[in-house]
Amino acid sequence: MTNNLLAIAHANKIRGKTPVLQDISLNVAAGERVALLGHNGAGKTTLMKCVLGLTNLSAGNISVAGVRPGSAKARAATVYLPEAVSFHKSLTGREQLTLFARLSGANGGKVGPLLERVGLADAADVRIGAWSKGMRQRLGMAQVMLGTPSVALLDEPTSGLDPVSRHELYTMIDELAASGTAVLIASHTLSEVEARTDRIAIMRKGALVADGTLNWLTANAGLQTRLRVRARPGDTEQVRQQLGGNRINGASIELSCPAEHKMQQLRQIASLGDLIVDFEMMQPGLEELYRHYSGEKLQ
Amino acid sequence: MINRVLAIAATELLIAVRNRWVLIATLMMLVFSLALTFAGSAPTGALGVDMLTVSVASMTTLSVYLLPLIALMMSFDAIAGETERGGLALLLSYPVSRAEILVGKFLAHVCALTFATLIGFGASGLIAAFSGGADNASLVALMRLILTSILLGSVFLALGYALSSLTGSASGAAGFGAALWLVLVVLFDLGLLGAVVMDNGGVFTQKVFPWIMVANPADAFRLWNISATENLALATGMTGAADGLPIWAAPVSLLIWPILALLTARASFARVEP
Repeated sequence: MTNNLLAIAHANKIRGKTPVLQDISLNVAAGERVALLGHNGAGKTTLMKCVLGLTNLSAGNISVAGVRPGSAKARAATVYLPEAVSFHKSLTGREQLTLFARLSGANGGKVGPLLERVGLADAADVRIGAWSKGMRQRLGMAQVMLGTPSVALLDEPTSGLDPVSRHELYTMIDELAASGTAVLIASHTLSEVEARTDRIAIMRKGALVADGTLNWLTANAGLQTRLRVRARPGDTEQVRQQLGGNRINGASIELSCPAEHKMQQLRQIASLGDLIVDFEMMQPGLEELYRHYSGEKLQ
Repeated sequence: MINRVLAIAATELLIAVRNRWVLIATLMMLVFSLALTFAGSAPTGALGVDMLTVSVASMTTLSVYLLPLIALMMSFDAIAGETERGGLALLLSYPVSRAEILVGKFLAHVCALTFATLIGFGASGLIAAFSGGADNASLVALMRLILTSILLGSVFLALGYALSSLTGSASGAAGFGAALWLVLVVLFDLGLLGAVVMDNGGVFTQKVFPWIMVANPADAFRLWNISATENLALATGMTGAADGLPIWAAPVSLLIWPILALLTARASFARVEP
């Protein structure tokens, strides 16, 4: 428990009459990388703003490195990368990063090497107004790396980044975690974060609907494997009667079964011999898994 | 704390220079004050005062309109603009307090205003003094004009931050800024004038009117500058207005206003949820 640098307990936030956060409990331990998934408007950014102390909770409790969010100590222990970060367009990258270094009390000598690290050394003295979205995002990541924080909140850190920068960004996130930072990454693509995080939390309409490892999520979802068979012309109805399932066009039949019954189903299909001319199996993918939890109907 | 305030101030000053606000403000002050100094040089002989006195009188009238306008133009974007860009949430995630951010911005903008006022009024004053004569009294009047102009500007800077916090959008803040300028600088005086005419020299005109007038920072600025110099009062034709007030009323009003306005800005800023 004491190891949880970020501890959110029964967090509730009501805006007007709409609940935007509903009884959220989530812990992130030192060195742990947790992905926070959800659609736009699921409450990810609101939750981060509550952790930053910018928005007050209606009920519940948040502790950042053992202290109240928004307090001077909590802010000194937290770094934040806002979604679609934007800086003052009249400043150069170096000036902007120097300001952040001075505000956080970090060593000003870090500014140059950090700009180089995120690949902005050449653009460092150009005004941010002339920068691309990806460059601004990389400057955002550079300010995250200024200190050695207890908690890092990254709101869709990869938006606007090319695959190479994306890879580099996750390397930096790994570095943060390795130095003992509790990292919370908001995203809306499971496939992107699954390999780079230790745990996945999914929000839907302000509530936390899942919190666990990818294996746990897969096991708990109970998603069906879909099998599609094509029958010999003219025998479709006979095959359907033997296997069950639905006819989806003139000659094909779709079946679905839980993952553990997959082989049994396969043997039954094989026993039909010449009646089957083609066979296709569709395993539930990451996106399907995500859609299952985030509550979107499957197409 | 001082380091953080200075870091914000240095950055804001850089932005003010880059955005050409410093240049625009200085040019506006210079052009208008030079124009008024030369246009207003005619009555020198008739009133028997030196040219610098007349110049200061004209610039006082100019300052009442121009400085609040420049100050509001500099400040309306200060909070709302940051919120709209999404930069405020990031800034506030750093260990810097809202008061430190506000004071940092204020320091930078006051510096920009001071520069513009010194150059604009200073240059015009010197030209007037060299071409039409000056004495100790008129030089003191020029100094007073510059200092009080900065005070007046700082009131409207802080009021601009308050509007910028309350309206939530830069365009909204600009609109309310224009309205505030119109009310405090133009309509307020017209309203008082109307009331005095209606009252026809009664109790209101004698007792209430001077106090209401001095409560407005723009009028306090005018009264302080004019009542302090007899010649100036003569040159502006505003001899009677300040008679019903003690000598300290206008300075106290103009010194309290910046503090009051900054506290209002701080309270408004506290309500901003980025």
